[in-house]
Amino acid sequence: MSEAVSALNHAEFDGLAHVREIGLQGMITLRGDLKTKAIKNAATKATGLSMPAMNCVETNEANGLCWMSPDELLVMCAYDEVGSTLAKMQKTLGKTHALAVNVSDARAVFQVSGPFAREVMAKLCPVDFSPEAFQPGLFRRSRMAQVPAAFWMCDEQTFQIICFRSVADYVFELLKAAAQHHSEVDYY
Amino acid sequence: MIRINCPVCGSRDENEFTYGGDANVVRPAMDEAETGPWLDYVFMRDNPRGPHREYWHHVMGCRQWLMLERDTLTHEIGDCILARGVA
Repeated sequence: MSEAVSALNHAEFDGLAHVREIGLQGMITLRGDLKTKAIKNAATKATGLSMPAMNCVETNEANGLCWMSPDELLVMCAYDEVGSTLAKMQKTLGKTHALAVNVSDARAVFQVSGPFAREVMAKLCPVDFSPEAFQPGLFRRSRMAQVPAAFWMCDEQTFQIICFRSVADYVFELLKAAAQHHSEVDYY
Repeated sequence: MIRINCPVCGSRDENEFTYGGDANVVRPAMDEAETGPWLDYVFMRDNPRGPHREYWHHVMGCRQWLMLERDTLTHEIGDCILARGVA
């Protein structure tokens, strides 16, 4: 069996903020009517988390549940546990009209951390990143320059960003440029 | 910069959205045999100076189709609702 490698294989950059590709992350897309009990159960039982509110994310050490749209959730787990998590979800879903698919290898995940993380993100996304408006717990789908991205904050100074694997290199270059030394704006 | 008040996500920048066409056009019945109504449906569009009903797709957000009223003169955005059920 071939060895799975993430898009940029843990690439890192140190500048205004620390940027790194976190490597392999298990991700399952769950689509369906999120009000359906079986779909809620499939997501919450497989992760041990409660259902995220609109535009929010729920996380614990191992797993995550991200609200993507009124009919889509992103379930996060360890990369090598995707198979068993997916099986658990399928079992709970039964014959409910829903879709659960392993998308781990279709995505890349970055982390931007440091006191200037908010500024680095604000240079790239049309989002209000002031501490009053964007806090840990919120989940946001938007764009980074020319490509779609989704992100949330793990803590006050750390962003986690999901993008498509095919644009991982582009997003890394963007983040590097936005995090260049001496490029602080001192806005936040 | 236009801000669109997505009924799902709240107020978002225009560049998260993509324009999805004139929301005033109504497709003729599928058994319509005259070419006139189909010609109108496919090609003929008003070009109003003022309020205009249009579809937008929140393509880089919640991916819902929206219907809103935009003033073509001032870019003022009026009511914005989910397109589901309208079309």
